Amino acid sequence: MPFVNKGFHAKRPTEGPHKLPPGQYETQDFPVLTAGPTPRINLANWEFRLEGLVENPVKWSWNEFNALPQQDFNPDIHCVTKWSKFDTKWRGVSLDTLLEHVQLQPEAEFALAFSYGGYTTNVPLADLRNGQAFIGLQYEGKPLTPEHGGPARLVVPHLYFWKSAKWVQGLRLMGVNKPGFWEEAGYSMYGDPWKEQRYGSDDDAAEEASTSSIRL
Amino acid sequence: MSRLDWQIGTVTAIAADTPRVKTFTIALPRWTAHRAGQHYDLRLSAPDGYRTERSYSIASPPEQTGEIALTVELIADGEVSGYLHEGVAVGDQLELRGPIGGYFVWPAGAPDAPLLLVAGGSGVVPLMAMLRHRQRAGLHNPAVLLFSIRTPEEVIYQQELEAMAAADAAFTLLLTYTRQAPAGWAGYHRRVDAAMLAEAVAHLPGAPQCYVCGPTGLVESVATLLQAQGLPDDAIRTERFGPTGS
Repeated sequence: MPFVNKGFHAKRPTEGPHKLPPGQYETQDFPVLTAGPTPRINLANWEFRLEGLVENPVKWSWNEFNALPQQDFNPDIHCVTKWSKFDTKWRGVSLDTLLEHVQLQPEAEFALAFSYGGYTTNVPLADLRNGQAFIGLQYEGKPLTPEHGGPARLVVPHLYFWKSAKWVQGLRLMGVNKPGFWEEAGYSMYGDPWKEQRYGSDDDAAEEASTSSIRL
Repeated sequence: MSRLDWQIGTVTAIAADTPRVKTFTIALPRWTAHRAGQHYDLRLSAPDGYRTERSYSIASPPEQTGEIALTVELIADGEVSGYLHEGVAVGDQLELRGPIGGYFVWPAGAPDAPLLLVAGGSGVVPLMAMLRHRQRAGLHNPAVLLFSIRTPEEVIYQQELEAMAAADAAFTLLLTYTRQAPAGWAGYHRRVDAAMLAEAVAHLPGAPQCYVCGPTGLVESVATLLQAQGLPDDAIRTERFGPTGS
């Protein structure tokens, strides 16, 4: 018999074209969550790098990056702190476009996104390809603001939003799944909102095994 | 890591802190010691299978064993806070898992380092857990709480904070009222600004560890002002509270 809170009912209907992952609620706001101060980044010094297990590390200046082909993206996003936001409006550069510029070494299987301010987060390389991820430069038609991760933010909308690194500076391709900032602090190595993988102990056995093996 | 399984706790006390804020004391069958600043996830389940979750900071210190205190602000049209405020009585059961969070916790470095806590509204909750832990553990590091509230009726934990400040020369309580101050108030009556933060820091004998919690506007502004005072980024830890439909 599942636990029920007597007298509790949904206050807002969740029918419609969108679906909420388990435990989430819809918000119209765009909440801000970070662990420390918002870094102020000078665009004259900004760069984005692809490095690690690639034959040819690549780096773009702000102007070079903005000259790359850009697309519109309208994902639903899901934050581990329980809010979801539907139909967000972004413009940016697909990771598929960026990865065309490097020749990956065969062992490259995971990416660690690293950011101005020191933030890191890990994402399997397969989750960055085939239109699943982009570097967001504009939000709702305007340059992405610093509090939401501007000037450039990794967006991987099918995973909890902490994987979408604010102030992103580059991706390091790796052969092992190395935990980033929140993953070290006990959050999921993968973060699938539909499986409600919020914390490390929510991960599948296979993901837990890969976590523990690299922590040995 | 240990599994974060859901458990069913029992509400043993409900106290009104302010007209819109209540503290729920909940006995847990599988209580584990938390670190001050951590939170629990709370899950509500409807008879039709609908479930929703929210995170609430722990207000009690780890010295208070076997139970946790969660302080919850009633959010306008809040699905969970509304149910907790209006639908839950002593003796009722609630489903929880935790403790969660490994960064916005104190102590994080040397426990004797000076401590600057800056709160806006219900953002005081995790900072109160830090102050209660500091008191119960007998720590006497210099500490300041700068607490921004709009009106006198919004000062959560007021009596306890004032008693703590009166009993402990190493702890300074600074209140600032942004809208309406009490009659005869001689203290701060404005939003937290650079001068106020400089005065708060000046109460401390050295560069502090800073914990800032409140609405996004306050947290963004305070973190930026603390950076501008020369504090390193890794000495400024932030957590944001805001009505996000909760």
